[in-house]
Amino acid sequence: MSEVTPDLVRHLASLARILVTEEEVQKLTGELSVIVDSVASVNKAVSGDVAATSHPIPMSNVFREDIVLPSLTQAEALSAAPDSAEGRFKVPAILDEE
Amino acid sequence: MSKEQLMPYEKAIEQFEVVIGLEVHVELNTKSKMFCGCKNEFGSEPNTNVCPICIGLPGALPSVNKKAVESSIAIGLALGCDIAKTCRFARKNYFYPDLAKNFQTSQYDEPIAFGGKLSIELADGQSFNVEIERAHMEEDAGKLTHVGGSTGRIHGADFSLVDYNRAGVPLVEIVTKPIFGGGDKAPELAAAYVRAIREIVKTMNVSDARMERGNVRCDANVSLRPKGQEKLGTRTETKNVNSIRSVESAVRYEIQRQAHILANGGTIIQETRHWHEDRGYTSSGRVKSDAEDYRYFPEPDLVPVEPSADWVESIRAALPENPEKRRKRLSAEWGFSELEFRDVVNADLLDVIYATVEAGAKPQAARKWWSGELARIANAENKSVEELAITPAQVAEIQTLIDSGELTDRMARDVVAGVLAGEGEPRAVIEQRGLKVVSDEGALIAAIDLALAAQPDVLEKIREGKLQAAGAVIGAVMKAMGGQADAARVRELVLERAK
Amino acid sequence: MSDLIHKSAAELAQLINSKQVSSVEVTSAFFDRSEKLNHKTFSYLHLNRENALAAAKLADQALAAGKVHSPLHGVPIAVKDVLVTKDAPTTAGSKILEGWMPQYDATVVVKLREAGLPILGKTNMDEFAMGSSTEYSAYGPSRNPWDLQRIPGGSGGGSSSAVAGRLAPLAIGSDTGGSIRYPAAVTGSVGTKPTYGAVSRYGVIALASSLDQIGPVTNTVLDAALLQDVISGHDAKDSTSLPNSLGSMAEAVRNADFKGLRVGVVKQLSSDGFQAGVSERFQDTISKLTANGVEIVEVDCPSFEYSVAAYYLILPAEASSNLAKYDSVRFGMRILPEGNPTIERVMAATREAGFGPEVKRRIILGTYALSSGYYDAYYGSAQKVRTLIQQDLAKAFAKVDVLLTPTAPTTAFKIGEKVNDPLAMYLNDIATIPANLAGIPGISVPNGLAKEDGLPSGVQILAPAMQDAQAYRVAALIENLYKAEWGDYLISQAPDLEALNV
Repeated sequence: MSEVTPDLVRHLASLARILVTEEEVQKLTGELSVIVDSVASVNKAVSGDVAATSHPIPMSNVFREDIVLPSLTQAEALSAAPDSAEGRFKVPAILDEE
Repeated sequence: MSKEQLMPYEKAIEQFEVVIGLEVHVELNTKSKMFCGCKNEFGSEPNTNVCPICIGLPGALPSVNKKAVESSIAIGLALGCDIAKTCRFARKNYFYPDLAKNFQTSQYDEPIAFGGKLSIELADGQSFNVEIERAHMEEDAGKLTHVGGSTGRIHGADFSLVDYNRAGVPLVEIVTKPIFGGGDKAPELAAAYVRAIREIVKTMNVSDARMERGNVRCDANVSLRPKGQEKLGTRTETKNVNSIRSVESAVRYEIQRQAHILANGGTIIQETRHWHEDRGYTSSGRVKSDAEDYRYFPEPDLVPVEPSADWVESIRAALPENPEKRRKRLSAEWGFSELEFRDVVNADLLDVIYATVEAGAKPQAARKWWSGELARIANAENKSVEELAITPAQVAEIQTLIDSGELTDRMARDVVAGVLAGEGEPRAVIEQRGLKVVSDEGALIAAIDLALAAQPDVLEKIREGKLQAAGAVIGAVMKAMGGQADAARVRELVLERAK
Repeated sequence: MSDLIHKSAAELAQLINSKQVSSVEVTSAFFDRSEKLNHKTFSYLHLNRENALAAAKLADQALAAGKVHSPLHGVPIAVKDVLVTKDAPTTAGSKILEGWMPQYDATVVVKLREAGLPILGKTNMDEFAMGSSTEYSAYGPSRNPWDLQRIPGGSGGGSSSAVAGRLAPLAIGSDTGGSIRYPAAVTGSVGTKPTYGAVSRYGVIALASSLDQIGPVTNTVLDAALLQDVISGHDAKDSTSLPNSLGSMAEAVRNADFKGLRVGVVKQLSSDGFQAGVSERFQDTISKLTANGVEIVEVDCPSFEYSVAAYYLILPAEASSNLAKYDSVRFGMRILPEGNPTIERVMAATREAGFGPEVKRRIILGTYALSSGYYDAYYGSAQKVRTLIQQDLAKAFAKVDVLLTPTAPTTAFKIGEKVNDPLAMYLNDIATIPANLAGIPGISVPNGLAKEDGLPSGVQILAPAMQDAQAYRVAALIENLYKAEWGDYLISQAPDLEALNV
């Protein structure tokens, strides 16, 4: 049984910053339900004390020395920006929080 | 948004128990950033210390700055924490334009340091043990400038500009456990705690610790519960309180604000609040809801950090003395009065005085130089004493010359001026400015006799035992000698000749 | 010199090195063919003659000065559009990156340039490598040179079709769950996913960081080995990069012998669910090995049953975070909704317009798998399945040197056949996914044409982590057995692309 509801899909889309139409919500709810039902089997596989593997080849302590390397120029940094001004990336106003 | 209604502080403290929790972010002073080789530098032209990694271009990958890990371990050790045998970085996912990847590389359930404590002494000598929950590594975000609108603040701005120079600067976030029992001292305790953290990281030289530059920033959690109630109240988190004084004011404000709401039957909303330094109040920021699901998971682009016991011990061995212990030791060694010592600490003069004493000056003399003449000059030039062009060793040398009678106080101030003016080492300044105490007693006596003869009334007074009258004669003699005589010796000779 | 396009990369390198032909001539030959036929296979998203020929010229000049930069010096190559290139737009198959000129080169691209391989162009792929057919490319599907109505596999169908269609002698792919091996199998070419960390991921547009690996796509095992030797090696810019060299793959191919070889067949991946012709081809490969004295052992990997489920939790979870940076601030598309929108609305509108349906599906699935309250059940459990799969493989590799499976459950399916059925699409990778979850190397080698449809089939060789050389050894042995039977590589049986019509 799936826990995927239209409300959940709306919430997830908002967390993921993706605008979704009501039609898409309905479609995604159906699709995700099927997928979630099918992948939920991982729960059955791991009864008992099994360590998690987040990294396929175990390694540790990989560091770089504290050395300054060349940066991009300001022009390079901004070269792909949709908009910029005064040497900075320009973005529309941030959500009014008050 | 205007100020909210407040309950008088004393009344609030009477009715409620205050619980605070502090999160202090310390920017490390490594040469390069946490995960890339860009310069970690304040005040550069915007977006010039950036690369594909710290502006989050597709395909770029992080790599961990070893020095930043070392500094984090050192901070953990200085706070009495255990150092994790193994720990990982994690991604904290949320969208914000100052966050280049829209996740912050941080640590979640595996901080590098945990379980420490710090003893905090308040002005009245009362001491508190603040328990440290954890210290973890993370990266700073970029800097937003809000343009347009009326205030230049986020609200009502037309647009915002982003500079990623600060994005990826290494941070250590130090989180306390809830601090109970501060009572009416809670705001002062919060401020004293932040001051102590700042002093520790500065002494260790792992951070520039300049609060005005945001090197040390504090988020203050405050909650109230009616006295006698066990259940903790709802807390608010006041963000980015960026001076020690504002920590105290902001906590105090929140206590009064929350007390008013609770006393009138209201509820506290769990939210972040912003401190407005200029007008001394906090305002509501984001509401902490399920929208703040950060979806932490282990950073797959980085591998675990597993500090070996040897590594940790070598870092421990290199730690400087704990600032509080050091203060206590120096206070005893130097023999300053309590007031003198506190002034020295508050004026941030401990280190220069220490260095001056180490270079051979007596503690009181070193104190007088730095908290007197040199503090005055620094103040006039709007600098810190460290920024003056004179070293503790030079001050010590000048003081030694005073002690041996080779310089008078006034001449010494001339030497200091010469050193500050870039005329070279004290000896060279003395040479060039011809500052030499006249030790030819014959010349002194001749000048004294001349002065006494010119002021017979003064001579009379001295003979009557009014010794303070000698001042006029001493002044005349010093003038005649061009200031280059030892005033004490002149006085002795004046009294002798007047007999 | 139209016969140049029928030569292997190793042969071309030999001709260039001995100055019988120049890199400019070889590069031009492939470029001309690509320009002429790309509309049929749609292998390339971007072709740049000027850059390719400039690089070829440099290779020729170096050679004239007596410098050979690598064993593939002067041989042109196609690069999957998932690697960033300073001199060519990079899109990862997505509209959201349309027109982006990266400010830097991926480490692998730097290595290719330094090794003297001219880059012909950037190859098509499913958007952000999410898919098994290239049908999820925002720019349209690539087509299989064996049958233009069919998919060339995915996500690296641009690279596989370029190589199989001889629009390039070599190509680079990326493999997160089979995106190199699956396309190789269905186009009759060779594809390797090296051990995780053997090839730098720096400059590879991330899909799932703990699964992604870059590797060669070629027509012969030796070409793949030569290319892996060029692109592998430690990279300080990738913290997950292996510290030590895995040795020469080309040597492993050249020295391949049957001596003492033990081969495992995975019980869970040997018969059920595979197309009859594919199973028949697989049995044929096993028979050939047995005939050559190779010991065949059946091994049990019970956790493989959960690999697709684990994969479709780990991948979307990591991808949802990796794809958060596409927000219209620093690069890429920006959609401004009407009115006076806040940045939040601009971001949401941009991501709505810029991402295709499969990408959105996976981002939302991944967001779900990581969200509080579900993490342990989904992402956490999936990470544990990884451990179980590694344990199964460790047991298996205690008994055998390599494991063999069919690479793909079926031969190439028709364009449009599965595009609206995500789950069916996901099952194409059932045999390739375990290698990504466990970090081990895998190679797909052609093992003939399925009897029912005459389309290519592939056999996958899996070896323990770091033992890529062992996988190459067995790949070379299998290739040799079939070459002996067919008289040439399988690709020689491919239809004449010039005669095919879309």
